[in-house]
Amino acid sequence: MALDRLQTVDMTINMGPQHPSTHGVFRMVLRVDGERILDCEPYIGYLHRGFEKLSENENYHTVLIHLDRTDYLAGFCNEMAYIIALEKLLGVVPSERAEYIRVIMCELNRIASHMMFYGALGADAGALTPFLYAFRERERLQGLFEAVSGARMMFFYFRAGGVRIDLPDGFIRECRRVLDAVKFGIDECDKLLTNNEVFISRTKGIGAISAAAAIDYGCSGPILRACGVKEDVRRSEPYSIYDRLDFDIPVAYSGDTYDRYVVRMEEMRQSIRIVEQCLDQIPDGPFMGKVPRFIRPEPGEVYVRTENPRGDYGIYLISRGGDYPYRVKLRSPCFCNLMALREMLKDCYIADSVMVLGSLDIVLGEVDR
Amino acid sequence: MLGLIKGMIITWKSNWRKPVTVQYPDESLPLAPGYFGFPGLIYDHEVDEPFCVGCQVCARYCPTDAIFVTMKDNPKFKEGTSKRRKIVDSFELNISRCISCNICVEVCNFDAIEMTDTFEAAGYHPDVVAGIPALIEMSEKQRKGVLARPLKETR
Repeated sequence: MALDRLQTVDMTINMGPQHPSTHGVFRMVLRVDGERILDCEPYIGYLHRGFEKLSENENYHTVLIHLDRTDYLAGFCNEMAYIIALEKLLGVVPSERAEYIRVIMCELNRIASHMMFYGALGADAGALTPFLYAFRERERLQGLFEAVSGARMMFFYFRAGGVRIDLPDGFIRECRRVLDAVKFGIDECDKLLTNNEVFISRTKGIGAISAAAAIDYGCSGPILRACGVKEDVRRSEPYSIYDRLDFDIPVAYSGDTYDRYVVRMEEMRQSIRIVEQCLDQIPDGPFMGKVPRFIRPEPGEVYVRTENPRGDYGIYLISRGGDYPYRVKLRSPCFCNLMALREMLKDCYIADSVMVLGSLDIVLGEVDR
Repeated sequence: MLGLIKGMIITWKSNWRKPVTVQYPDESLPLAPGYFGFPGLIYDHEVDEPFCVGCQVCARYCPTDAIFVTMKDNPKFKEGTSKRRKIVDSFELNISRCISCNICVEVCNFDAIEMTDTFEAAGYHPDVVAGIPALIEMSEKQRKGVLARPLKETR
């Protein structure tokens, strides 16, 4: 029987929302030809909690508790974006010490978040060992977060004009000790996975996206930097004290899964550099600037971009006077990165779709918000 | 092949590290000094009543509506033993709704609430709603410093 007369049809398969590799509740519908993916349709919204609408009924500070819960792996970085927006609206200048405390916490948070990515990507590739090593490092950092802010994930620590409470006694020495341990831990993680032949063959050349396409989709953060675009909000539009700090922006050029992984590994080392500089430079003084007793900004609007571990995180805040914000809009980096998945998954195998999704490092809490 | 072997060496080295596992329900690690568990009511030992006057500010600001407070006239004020005209009548904290966010502590005008180390809400017959006696007990336990640990022991 001639094979060319054999009729084949594309098959549509459903993946998720309750799939262990989808990093939350994410569903994608794949159209496949044999093992090859022809098209992918992402479906989101399973974790929608109406953060933006809820924020309209909270006063300016309590909005922060929702922000911690959008991207729950990088609470400090989210708070940073919102607090800068609020300070701009209020016309408040934060105290010098508070700026340093914020940057230290944000960068430590970045390491913790990337460690989670490292562990999850290893687990997606079928290697469970890196997951345990990553969580050991995360645990050290979360111990620091707990000592500083009182919580391990939902911090609610930053305030307009400063932070809620000063660093505990002996924090700087303890932080240096933890950083040394984490530095060693990152090297260990590097040896465990980066040069592993199985891992390389699963990631190199898989899910590649060109720089032009990544920009078109609005990708940001490590996804964009892995395509060779040297874009980092900390450098292109420096906020807080980032213009005083010396750090490199790691860039890779092929835009595939492996490069996204390598960029994030290097970013962790740069974050350690930033924290070490901050620990050297941190001044004494009040941890709170001059803030009015009641937080009631004048009518106006402001948009602030910051660099989240996942990319360009934006907050659009509108005030019409009064105790409550009129509108809080979130520009989610995860959402834009996730929409590029369709482009990345073209002509991949089904088995690779899990790896590519893992390399995006999405947090569904932020995509659906 | 070299990468695989390098990875194996890391795993082999880790084999000889001291285990750090703590069997949680039987033994637990001490918490950081500023840890946020559930809020507790501070007790005024001088007058023998809680500091809380039941003004409901915490209930109004609570983002999850976990707090329910009522106020009554203070009988001790009539006797002249207390300076508080009003005193808390009932203070109910819904443990299953509380997100340990510290907002109630910050908005309290009388410094009557504090975050405690109590964070375990599970039990065989757990009380979902904690009343005044339970909340005061949580605060008293915190004051005795049973659970707090210094920062240097943070792992």
